[in-house]
Amino acid sequence: MIFSLIILIVLVLLLLAAAIYAVMQKDLLYATIATGVISLILSILFFIMQAPDVALTEAAIGIALTTIIFVFAIRHTSRREDEILIHEESEAQTLDNKENM
Amino acid sequence: MKKVLVILMLAVIGYSLGTSFSTIKFGENRIGDPKEEKNVAAYYLNRTPDELSVANVITAIVVNYRGFDTLGEVSVLFLAATGLGSILYRRRKKGEHPEVITKPASQLLQSGSKLIYPAILVLGAYVFIHGHLTPGGGFQGGAIIATGLLLMMMAYKDFEIRHNVLTWVESIAGITFVSLGLTGLIYGKTFLENFLPTGNINDVVSGGIIPIIYIAVGFKVAAELAGVLETLLSNKEND
Repeated sequence: MIFSLIILIVLVLLLLAAAIYAVMQKDLLYATIATGVISLILSILFFIMQAPDVALTEAAIGIALTTIIFVFAIRHTSRREDEILIHEESEAQTLDNKENM
Repeated sequence: MKKVLVILMLAVIGYSLGTSFSTIKFGENRIGDPKEEKNVAAYYLNRTPDELSVANVITAIVVNYRGFDTLGEVSVLFLAATGLGSILYRRRKKGEHPEVITKPASQLLQSGSKLIYPAILVLGAYVFIHGHLTPGGGFQGGAIIATGLLLMMMAYKDFEIRHNVLTWVESIAGITFVSLGLTGLIYGKTFLENFLPTGNINDVVSGGIIPIIYIAVGFKVAAELAGVLETLLSNKEND
């Protein structure tokens, strides 16, 4: 009885840690892997709460397919969250030049 | 100004959800006791083995008692896949090879995925064929098959599935679902009502049209997700 409670508390704490890491991380690829870890722990929690259909669906879709679609989206855009695009920088430079003149 | 509106909307939604959820005791018997006859859970638990001879009550609810909502969900999946395909898909010229994966995968990934790929396909087919006996069903089995196809697409450069085949499989599966519902209407009952004889419980052939619908849904979901992944994979990278 106390053993299952300890396992539940450990899993929920891991879930919170992975969620906070996914939000605070600036490198988006690492944040996507953390989202996959969230789906994995959530699937285990669903199974412990006696819902095997929902656990199967979350495992199949949340871990594999959502992660790979996010990786494709990151590949076509920037990898880090705080990147400045090149043409924005050059626009800022031309505005500075006009002000100095 | 926008932040004030957002916080106000969140407060309204939080209050309305809170007042409706606070009547359910946390940790109790899941929205009413299943032993009492007048609750929703007891209604479905008592009627499923007698009427339909299906062992998995969730499958009976999803396909039979709430089958129209499943049709809506299948159409939402179809719309999402079609929207993605219409934005990103480009018809390739003859002879142009999509050079997205430049380096071949490592030897471990190539030999491992060649060994495990048939097992993943069989597992996915098992999950959606036995949807009315074991946990699982059409959506889960289709997602498992799409994951196996994705593994092969990532390991081998020239593994490709033709878009024609995927489109035909998806369309025929969708037509099967709707025509089964219309056949129920022709037989004098309601749309998506059971018209085939239900066999014994725990048989593979039992439950009337429920296994047939789930097989169609499994094929449709697998074809849709494989088409979405193929569209994303064969797109050239931005500079």
